[in-house]
Amino acid sequence: MWRDAVLVAGKDLRVEARSRVGVNQVVPFALLVLVVFAFALDSDRVTLVSVGPGLFWVTVVFSGLLAIQRSFVIEADDDARDALRLSGLDGAGIFLGKAGAIAVQLAVLEVVLAFGVVVLYNLRLHGAVMLLLTCAATTVGLAAAGTVYGIIAAGLRVRDTLLPLLVLPVLAPVLLAAARACDAALAGTPSEGWPWVRLLAVFATIYVTFGVVAFGPLLEES
Amino acid sequence: MSSTKLDDNRRTGEDRDARRMSSRATKVLGWATASTLALTAVMALVISPADVNMGDSVRLLYLHVPTAWLAMYVSFGVTTLASALYLWKRTRSRFWDLTAGASAEIGVVFLGLTLLIGSIWGRITWGVWWTWDARLTTTAVLFVLYLGYLAVRKVPASPEAQSRRAAIVAIAAFLDVPIVHLSVTWWRTLHQDASILDERRLLDPQITGAMAWTLLLGVVAFTLLYAWLLIHRFRLAWVEDRIADRQIDLAIEERRAEATTDDRSAADALGARTPSAEVAR
Repeated sequence: MWRDAVLVAGKDLRVEARSRVGVNQVVPFALLVLVVFAFALDSDRVTLVSVGPGLFWVTVVFSGLLAIQRSFVIEADDDARDALRLSGLDGAGIFLGKAGAIAVQLAVLEVVLAFGVVVLYNLRLHGAVMLLLTCAATTVGLAAAGTVYGIIAAGLRVRDTLLPLLVLPVLAPVLLAAARACDAALAGTPSEGWPWVRLLAVFATIYVTFGVVAFGPLLEES
Repeated sequence: MSSTKLDDNRRTGEDRDARRMSSRATKVLGWATASTLALTAVMALVISPADVNMGDSVRLLYLHVPTAWLAMYVSFGVTTLASALYLWKRTRSRFWDLTAGASAEIGVVFLGLTLLIGSIWGRITWGVWWTWDARLTTTAVLFVLYLGYLAVRKVPASPEAQSRRAAIVAIAAFLDVPIVHLSVTWWRTLHQDASILDERRLLDPQITGAMAWTLLLGVVAFTLLYAWLLIHRFRLAWVEDRIADRQIDLAIEERRAEATTDDRSAADALGARTPSAEVAR
C-alpha cells in the first residue's frame, strides 16, 4: 500500500512540477486573494492583523480547491483514470498517494501564504510549535477530505461546481478550528488553542480512515 | 402489435400496484396526520398560554421544535441508516437508495422551515434575524451538507453508480455532523440548551402543563407527517424508476422492430411502427 502511495504521489508531483500550473496559476491566485481581501476589508493594519489567521485559512481552502481539482483533471485527460484502475495498484494506496501529493502542494502554498500574510498584513508570528502542528493537521485533513470528494466529483460534467458545494460545508469545522488555533498561538495563549489542534487531528484521522476504506469502490465507478 | 399488448398488460399491472400502494393504511395515516396537525394548531394558537418572557412569540416554537426534530433526527437519521444498508452488500437494494433520497428531500425542506421559523422568532426575541451561535451555525452547515447530497443524487449516471456515490456522500456528511457540532459549540453559544433531551431537564422539567403537551403533540404530529410524506415521496420515486425502466424496454423493442422491418416491405414497416409510436406518446 505504501509503495503504491509513494508511486502515485511521485507521479502527481512530477506532473505538477512539469506543467507548472501550481507555480504559475495557483500560487499567484492565492496571493491575489490575500490582496483582494485587503481591498474588501478596510486596509488598516489593526483589522487585517485581527482577521489575518481567518483570511489565511480561507485563502488556503480556496486555493486548495484548485489543487484538488487539478489532481483529478490530470486523471481525466487521455482516460488516465482507466489506466489507474487497471494498474493493479491498491485503492487505499492510490488514495494516500493522491492525498499526499495534494498535502505537499498545500504545505508549499501555506509557506508562501505565511510570507504573504507577514509582509502584507504585518502579522507577527508567535508560538511556532502550535502553528506548525495546526498547519500539519489542517493540511492532512484538507487533503484527505478533498481527495474523497474529488474522486466523487471526478468524471462528472458538473464537477467544477459540484466540488465546492460538497467540500466547503465539510471543511467548515476545519476552517473554524484552524483559525482559532492560530489566533490562540499568535495571541500567546496556547492553552486555548490545544483543543482546536486536537479537533483538527480528529478530523484528519476520520477522513484519512474513510478515504482508505472508501476510495477503492469510488474509483471503480467514477 | 405484440408490443402494444405486452404494454397494456404492464399498464394494468402497474395500475393495480398504484391502487394497492394507496392503501387503507396510508389513508388512515393521512387522516391521523391531518387531525393531529389541526389539533396542534388549536393547542398552539388558542389553548396554550402566552409565555411570561416571550409573549405570543412562544407559539412559533410549537412549529420550530417539531420541524427541527423531524428534519435533523428523523429524516437525516433515516437517510444515514438507509445509505448504510444500501452500502452493506447483504441488504443492497434500490429500495434503500430511494428511501434515503426521499427522506433527505423531506429533511432539507423541513430544515429550511426550521431555519426560517427560528429566524423570525429570533428577530422578535433576540432582535436579530441571525446570530452566529453554535446551534444555528451547526444547523446551517447541516442544511448545506444535505443540499450537496441532493445535488449528488441529481447528477446523471448509471443508476447503480449514482446510488452508491450518493450513499457514500451521505455517510461522509454524517461523519462530519458531530465534528461540526463540537467545533461550533466550542466557538460560541447563545441558544438555550436542549429543553427536553437532557438528563437534568428530564428530572426537573422547565416547561409544564399545556405548553409541554402542545410541544409533545407537535412532535407526534410532525412525526406522522414525516411518515406520510416519506411513503408518498418514495412511491413517486419508485414509479419514476419503473417508468424509466419501461422507456428503456420500449426503446429496445422499437429498435428490434426496426431491425426486423428492414427486411420486410415498406408497407409492413409502417404497420409495425405505428403502434409503438402511439405508446411512446
